[in-house]
Amino acid sequence: MRTSFWLAGAAALLFSSTAFAGDTIKIGFVSTFSGPTAVIGNDMRNSFELALDHLGRKMDGKPVEVIYEDDQQKPDVGKQKTEKLVQSDKVDFIAGYIWSNVLLASLKSAVDSQTFLISANAGPSQLAGELCSPYVFSTSWQNDQTPAAMGLYMNQKGVKSVFLIGPNYAAGKDMLAGLKSTFKGQVVGEEYTVWPSQLDFSAELSKARASGAESIFVFYPGAAGVQFLNQYSQAGLKEKMPLYTAFTVDELSLPLQKDNAIGVPGAQEWVNDLPNEQNKTFVADYRKKYTGLRPTYYGAQAYDAAQLINSAVVAVKGDTSKKDAMKAEMEKANFKSLRGSFKFGNNHIPIQNFYLQDVVKDADGQLSLKTVATIVENDQDRFHDKCPMK
Amino acid sequence: MLLVVEQFLNGLQFGLLLFLLAAGLTLVFGIMDLVNLAHGSLYMMGAYFAATFVAWTGSFVLGGVLALGATLLLGIVLEYTALRHLYGRDHLDHVLATFGLILFFNEAVRLIWGPAGLALPLPSWLAFPVTILPGIQYPAYRLAIIVVALLVALLLYLGVMRTRIGMLIRAGASNREMIGALGINIKLLYTLVFGLGAALAGLAGLMQAPILTVQIGMGENILILAFVVIVIGGIGSIRGAFIAAIMIGLIDTMGRAFLPNLLRQVLNSAAASTAAPAMSSMLIYLLMAIVLVARPEGLFPANRR
Repeated sequence: MRTSFWLAGAAALLFSSTAFAGDTIKIGFVSTFSGPTAVIGNDMRNSFELALDHLGRKMDGKPVEVIYEDDQQKPDVGKQKTEKLVQSDKVDFIAGYIWSNVLLASLKSAVDSQTFLISANAGPSQLAGELCSPYVFSTSWQNDQTPAAMGLYMNQKGVKSVFLIGPNYAAGKDMLAGLKSTFKGQVVGEEYTVWPSQLDFSAELSKARASGAESIFVFYPGAAGVQFLNQYSQAGLKEKMPLYTAFTVDELSLPLQKDNAIGVPGAQEWVNDLPNEQNKTFVADYRKKYTGLRPTYYGAQAYDAAQLINSAVVAVKGDTSKKDAMKAEMEKANFKSLRGSFKFGNNHIPIQNFYLQDVVKDADGQLSLKTVATIVENDQDRFHDKCPMK
Repeated sequence: MLLVVEQFLNGLQFGLLLFLLAAGLTLVFGIMDLVNLAHGSLYMMGAYFAATFVAWTGSFVLGGVLALGATLLLGIVLEYTALRHLYGRDHLDHVLATFGLILFFNEAVRLIWGPAGLALPLPSWLAFPVTILPGIQYPAYRLAIIVVALLVALLLYLGVMRTRIGMLIRAGASNREMIGALGINIKLLYTLVFGLGAALAGLAGLMQAPILTVQIGMGENILILAFVVIVIGGIGSIRGAFIAAIMIGLIDTMGRAFLPNLLRQVLNSAAASTAAPAMSSMLIYLLMAIVLVARPEGLFPANRR
């Protein structure tokens, strides 16, 4: 009697858990939720949650379960968390990834298990080239694209020479290489700093000044961008060597950079004032839901990642075992992206516009970012030829 | 040549800042035999206090002084409530307890000030470059750091070498049991030393704040360097900490500044730019390893017998 009771209970449990697994869409989200760059991870989570709100927290009628994991900005931790999501949580999709080095470390675990991975920020050159995979999509860019756009803008401005400074990790190297791929003037010097521990750039700034270059280009995401701008203006370089940037001034760093950021141009694929309807709704709802905060491009890309996943789930009517059909659907980029419509290249990296953004005082008297011009239209990354997928 | 002078100043400034942090650490470690991993948290608290008080009073100097007082007080309270119970216990217990304090302070800061970090803008009378030699411009604020830190070093030297409390501190560093046996109120001395160490860490934090950002966990990276300084300088020795800190500041900065060019002579440009930052950060630890092999007690050990 007792035994059969337990057996029945166990059977019921077993049955209900399998039924449960089939009924939810499970998404793993790997980003940085602790340490100095946790604000970036929070912004991505906020935007991802907002996207789920907009979808009614369901995809094709099925409830969505998101498991957020903290990579602590460390490649080894990111890899562990990715393995955990793939092997024990058995998620249908993994999204997130701020840092290129974290993504590169985690990539194999996701791809080997044939789990779809949507990078909502990191875009290392390897991922666009030889390491491209049918299971990997990007709702951001390949790292080189944004600085390459900045290089084009510097050509337009007639900048003759530049000194490059960036962090010594996968993305830093891509960024400086990206700038060099389009900039026609002379690259006088190139400095890499220890990432992420080096916060004092005095030695590099002194070298930049001594180099006699006309301008400086940097890539410093997160708080490092605040520190760089502080030290750059304290050294009195703002009047002498104009600064050009990629991913250094955003809505998270701006409240700390304040006036230091005025007049510092950046290139970006998404700016908060892009005039499409879905973007207006996103920005307004974000500011309503998270009072006092403003969305960044990190968030916009995470929002797009949720929409891309939704498009795949809807196309297969919620049957996430149909991987080929989901891949085919995602390749169409059939959703309303916050940056306006874009196409995927053969390597699943967006072919998209890049805009010039500038810092202005908005209606509330707060500093905010504004689109000034379109630098390049339908830009495709320069590594897609190396990707074996055609 | 001018670049060398400028980089020397950069290194000196970084070294002096490290000294402020290491001086407190070496006193606490040397005299109280307490491994205080939370020293970096006091550095962080100094920066947070400064950002808050400067915004509140509108004056950089007044805010800084208030922040210094607040960190001193925090240090004394911390010693009285938590660390006092750890004396005489194993170093492993110290590490465990003070690591807990790091987590405590990080979470406390997150609760009070939020996760986004704060900015401490410089007043306009410090936010410009000055011409120190023809052809060399140097940020006024970094010069101010050099001056303040040198002053503090001098005061510390005079205080430790010329006053009665200083004598007790030195006695404590060379033989703790003995000064207790001589009837000195060792508890009070410990509280004082810990408060002083906290204030020095706070000073380093608040001076560094306008250059960096005030953020959670800002003390953790620099704490490692401070430990390297006291290992090289000799535990408990202020003079050792001073010399080791400046050595490390110069090695770090000069390495970053000139190693890439040197490496480019032998390696191709791309490989050199990648290897140089990694190698220059290794130099410090190389120096520590050499010192540990040649003089395991550090360059200027406090308890020479």
